[in-house]
Amino acid sequence: MVLLPQAGAPAEMSAPDTVWMLVATALVLLMTPALGFFYGGLVRAKNALNTMMMSVAALGVAGIVWALLGYSLAFAEGNGFIGGTGYALLRGVGLETRGTIPHLLFMAYQGTFAIITAALISGAIVERKRFGPYLVFIALWTLGVYAPVAHWVWGGGWLGRLGVLDYAGGTVVHVNAGAAALIAAILIRPRKDYARQAILPHNVPYAILGASLLWFGWFGFNGGSALGVNHGAVLAFVNTMLAPAATLLAWMLIDLARTNRTTAVGAATGIVVGLVAITPAAGFVSPRAAMAIGALAAVPSYFGILWRSRTRLDDSLDVVAAHGLGGATGALLTGVFATAAAGGTDGLLAGNPRQVLIQALGIAAAMVYSGVATAILLKVIGLAMPLRSQGRDEAIGMDITQHGEEAYTHGEGAVLVVQGTTSENQP
Amino acid sequence: MKLIVAIVRPEQANEVLEALFRAEVRGLTVSRVQGHGGELERVETYRGTTVKMELQDKVRFEIGVSNHFVEPTVRAIMSSARTGEVGDGKIFVLPVERVHRIRTGEVDEGAVTPLVESE
Repeated sequence: MVLLPQAGAPAEMSAPDTVWMLVATALVLLMTPALGFFYGGLVRAKNALNTMMMSVAALGVAGIVWALLGYSLAFAEGNGFIGGTGYALLRGVGLETRGTIPHLLFMAYQGTFAIITAALISGAIVERKRFGPYLVFIALWTLGVYAPVAHWVWGGGWLGRLGVLDYAGGTVVHVNAGAAALIAAILIRPRKDYARQAILPHNVPYAILGASLLWFGWFGFNGGSALGVNHGAVLAFVNTMLAPAATLLAWMLIDLARTNRTTAVGAATGIVVGLVAITPAAGFVSPRAAMAIGALAAVPSYFGILWRSRTRLDDSLDVVAAHGLGGATGALLTGVFATAAAGGTDGLLAGNPRQVLIQALGIAAAMVYSGVATAILLKVIGLAMPLRSQGRDEAIGMDITQHGEEAYTHGEGAVLVVQGTTSENQP
Repeated sequence: MKLIVAIVRPEQANEVLEALFRAEVRGLTVSRVQGHGGELERVETYRGTTVKMELQDKVRFEIGVSNHFVEPTVRAIMSSARTGEVGDGKIFVLPVERVHRIRTGEVDEGAVTPLVESE
């Protein structure tokens, strides 16, 4: 994210910038239902709706929480750690400009980031997390974890002042969600069937559809982070095309070398990992560097997933390997490949090795804070209500037990209940 | 020679399969079926339309076995499919008039005896 002058220094509103940011906001919003398809395809049929709902519900919960308070905690004037309440309930967030676009639009654009970051965590806890506590968790997490970390990097907080480079959220979104996912998967414990029987994706085409729509939306995520129509936007946009292409290619080659076959689930995962990895670098590196970052990022995530599946860590959809590891790799490589000429600060290859350390510090700070705060939130919510399904509910499936619906109904044996009558008062 | 038909919960199907393999039952057919066995109806709602689901998803195992294999097979299914709640399913043991193994033309006992034992 390009650091903006505070609202006190109003600039002329730019029509092209505003048009692009309107489009980019819609693109990023699409990423959350796309994530629902990606995750939903990877779980078993009996949990498909619940998994997709975890993403869809974030649109409502995180979206509203963001407008009411989260935006203010991230972007209002505050201290180095957290923003103030100056913009709470959207007070003072109107059509005046912030940078060259209306402040209100800036708030909405940032809101789409908060939404998808919360939804990302759900991949670690699918097929057993109860829906109610999940909603409470993402509401509190958006306020207590996402907003402060966004403030640190983009809202004038301490990491931004230190010079951490994070163009569109490698640290703020992906490392942050990855660390939360790790802690959530540990505290909510593995699924009953995990490591006891094969748990297979029920609809791989959905996973591919989801990854494809994520890629489409990501042009707004990275390209929009330039906050206008400028060189940075074009560079970030093109890098968002090239880096995942390189990751996809590298992923398929590793697949081929290991098993003699390229897999579709692997390809979909590779695309997402490439998108994650280029996120922090998008507007700071040359297109050649973007391809290098994309290809390199395939390695840790690929082998991270292989390693994870042999452990007791039931990070069910590999949020830690894809987003945590992918985000951290991208953030570190940003410190290697960034150049002042491209739009950032010079990195290692341009003769500034210190930038890698600054990047590592940013990653570590986000990981530690997100991990600890997530643990506290889950422990507190766990005192009030059980976090995961009880008894046979998990075996029956979360669609029926949490939502009273099935993804794939046949209709046979379904008897219409006429309003006002229940089975008790029938003869 | 008997045909054993077992109707079990889908979520127990994997355990049943493992138990059968442990009991060295190797030939079987599995199908997804729907049925009703006295369990409480599930209520589902789709956009204001509330329905009672009278039929539950089940998995049906069909296993042709020689007589001395009946008891081990039944025991394996019984122990692996039971959760103790209504809806665990049924096991039917039916007489079989004749069995042909299509590949070899073997008939009856020879046709339901797993290969590893006959050779």
